[in-house]
This record gives sequence, structure tokens and C-alpha cells, in this order.
Amino acid sequence: MSFFVGQAYAQSAPDSNTPDGLIKIIVADVITSIKSDPEIQKGNIPRVVDLVEKKIVPHTDMRRTTQLAMGKNWSKASPEQQNQLIMEFKNLLIRTYSGALSQLRDQTVQYKPLRAAPGDTDVIVRTVVVGKADPIPLDYRLEKTNDGWKVYDINIMGAWLIEAYRNQFTNQISQNGVDGLIRFLQERNAMLAGKK
Amino acid sequence: MSSLKRFFLLFISASTIGCASIPAGSERSPSDPWESFNRSVFAFNEGLDDYLLKPITKGYRFILPKPAQQGIDNFFGNYRDIYTSANNLLQGNFSMAFSDLMRVVVNTIFGLGGFIDMATPGGLEKHKADFGQTFGVWGIPSGPYVVLPIFGPSSVRDTFGTAADLETDYLFRLLPDVALRNSLTALRVVNARNTYFEAGDLLEGAAIDKYTFTRDAYIQRRQYQIDQAKEGKEPPMPVYENQYQ
Repeated sequence: MSFFVGQAYAQSAPDSNTPDGLIKIIVADVITSIKSDPEIQKGNIPRVVDLVEKKIVPHTDMRRTTQLAMGKNWSKASPEQQNQLIMEFKNLLIRTYSGALSQLRDQTVQYKPLRAAPGDTDVIVRTVVVGKADPIPLDYRLEKTNDGWKVYDINIMGAWLIEAYRNQFTNQISQNGVDGLIRFLQERNAMLAGKK
Repeated sequence: MSSLKRFFLLFISASTIGCASIPAGSERSPSDPWESFNRSVFAFNEGLDDYLLKPITKGYRFILPKPAQQGIDNFFGNYRDIYTSANNLLQGNFSMAFSDLMRVVVNTIFGLGGFIDMATPGGLEKHKADFGQTFGVWGIPSGPYVVLPIFGPSSVRDTFGTAADLETDYLFRLLPDVALRNSLTALRVVNARNTYFEAGDLLEGAAIDKYTFTRDAYIQRRQYQIDQAKEGKEPPMPVYENQYQ
């Protein structure tokens, strides 16, 4: 009996060594935390930011995200500038993502079947956030690293994050240089942090 | 509607004369050859939103309790579902078209004419389809990016799509009372703005250049919706250059 139960459990529990299993575990964890926190329900954004930094950021590869969003300009930035860019871009995304998360109320997340071969190291986990409003497609692109699967791109309602920032980065750099972009991101983050 | 059409023409002729300049040094996108025209319409829309639509929506959110807002959104959503069903049929997605039609039947009869969404909890997922998407599924290319006055981001194909959407929009046209018809249209516009009230603020915070951000997201999103509508096909992974240093 116990053997049977154990096996049934093993079949249904998500496995963090698979990309879809990892996303399921993170999302379930984050949603439970948000729904059980009255402060967040009241709109306390810094608490959501804290949650995102603890539970989501460790499973992302922001260096890769920033590098791909920078495109050809990445090699024009010094290692120090690169690190600054990663930090500021990460903070901007955390702010935005936290703002979206704080609006979660009674939504549920549905998972589409993973379409990937067993040996794939670059996969997309497709989900749909279903609630009272229109369903929102939310996809995660993960890469297998030595340190496990890492999310490096997100698709919200059909638009990939990296793709949506590429031209904006290029424009800002051709107008004001890499330092101009860093300054812009710093100012924007300070503004968003001040607004709460 | 005819006054709106007149306004449209007036606006387009006015804005072709005064084109907004593209910020110096910004790279031209191949999908946006009419950028300077588009930027001027975009600026006009932003002004319209800042001074008119957003304040009105703010008032609407203040006055109306959340459940009432939800009911109104459900009502217009139920009406839209008829067109989603029709477009899914035109796209050859028969099972989706049928499920959307069932949604309308269920919500109209059991959801008090559409004010309560009984179909979603009942397992009938909500979809969204329009004529622009249908044209895309049929293989018509999007053409250059266009920003339409009031309607916002679009493409040449989607402009025809929006025209078809408007042309087939019969519900309010059948209402004999002009005042009622106009107030319903106004309510519909405010409701549409309300659905992305918070998302709009988020976008504002996340954008480095709102025009470019909106454009690039719109183009991607439409392609994604079209890819998704082709049954059994998954939207492809984007390929980025400089995969590795």
C-alpha cells in the first residue's frame, strides 16, 4: 500500500530537474505566498519585490538575458559596464514583474504540454494565466546550465521580453552611448522605487 | 459612426502635414517605414489618453464598485465572443468556434445576458479572435506597421481587420435610440481602457522608449496570435544573434 502511494506521488509531483517541473514548483510557491500575504493583497509592492528576489531571481540567468537584449552592443561595453547593465536591467524587470504579480487575485495557471526532446537544452514552457479577464499567455524560455535550468526570457501576451527590449537598447545606445543607457536605467529604477 | 469616419479623415490629412521627427540616432526598423507619421499619431493618442480617456476611466473606477465593472466587462466580452466564434470558424478552428458559441449561449441564458461569466468556471475557456488575425491565418502579410488614431497600434492588414470588425459590429447599430447607442459605445470604450488600466501603468514604468516598446511588442504579439491560431502549430522560438560570446 505504502509502495503504491509512494509511486502515485512520484508520478504527480513536479520534478525540479525538468524545465516544466521547475516552473510549476516556482509558480505554485509564489502564488501561494502572494495569496496568503495580506500585506501584498493590500498592494505592498516592496514585499512582492522581496518575494521575487528570493524565489524567482535564483532561477534566472540575467547575464544571458541582458547580453541577448544588448545584441551587438554587448561587446562594446566594458566588463564593469556589463555588470552595471545586468544589475539595473534586473532591477527594472523585478519592479515590473512584481507590479504584475501584486495584481494576482483569483487567477490560476494552466500548463500546456511540454514539446521538447529529452536531450534539448533550450526549451519553452508554455502557460496561460486564467482569471476573470482575458486569458494571458505567459511563456518561459529556459536553458540547461551546470547549475540546473535557468529562465532567461519571458513571453507575456505574445511578446518576448528580450525581443521587446533589443531596439530600445540599440536606440538608447546610439543616442547616448552605453553609459547613457546605464544612467537611464538607474534614474528609472530610482523613480519607480520612490513611487512604491 | 460617420462623424468618427469624418474625424478620421480630417485627422489623417492633418497629421500627414505635421510629421513628428524621429529621435536622432535611432535605428530605423524595416517593419516601420512610416515611423515619423506613426510617431505623430502615437503622440496624439498619448495626449488623448492623458487628458481624456485615462481621467474618465479613473473616475469610472472610483464610482463603480469592482463587481459592477466586472459585470460590464463580461457583458461586452460576451458580445465579443460571437465575433471570436465567427473568426475561429473562418480560421478553420471548428472546435474552438463551437466552444465560443457555447460560451455565448451559456452566458446569455444562465449569466443574465452576459453580465456573469458562467462559461469559464464551467470549463469553456475564453478565446479572442478578430478579422486581422483571420486575414493573417489566411496568409495575408501584415505590411508595414501603422499607428491608427484612437485605435492605436496596427498594421496595414490589421487596419483592414479593424475596419471589418467595425463594419460587422451590429449590436448597437440596431438600437433605435441614438442617445442610448452613444452612451453604450462610450461605456464600451471606457471599459476597454479599464481592462488594461494597471498594465498601462506598468508599461509606462518598464519602457525605455514607449513608442518602440509598443511597436515591437505589438508586431510580435500579432504574429504569436496568428501562429497560435494555426491549429497544431506552436509559435516558433525567437532566434537571437550572439547566442554565445
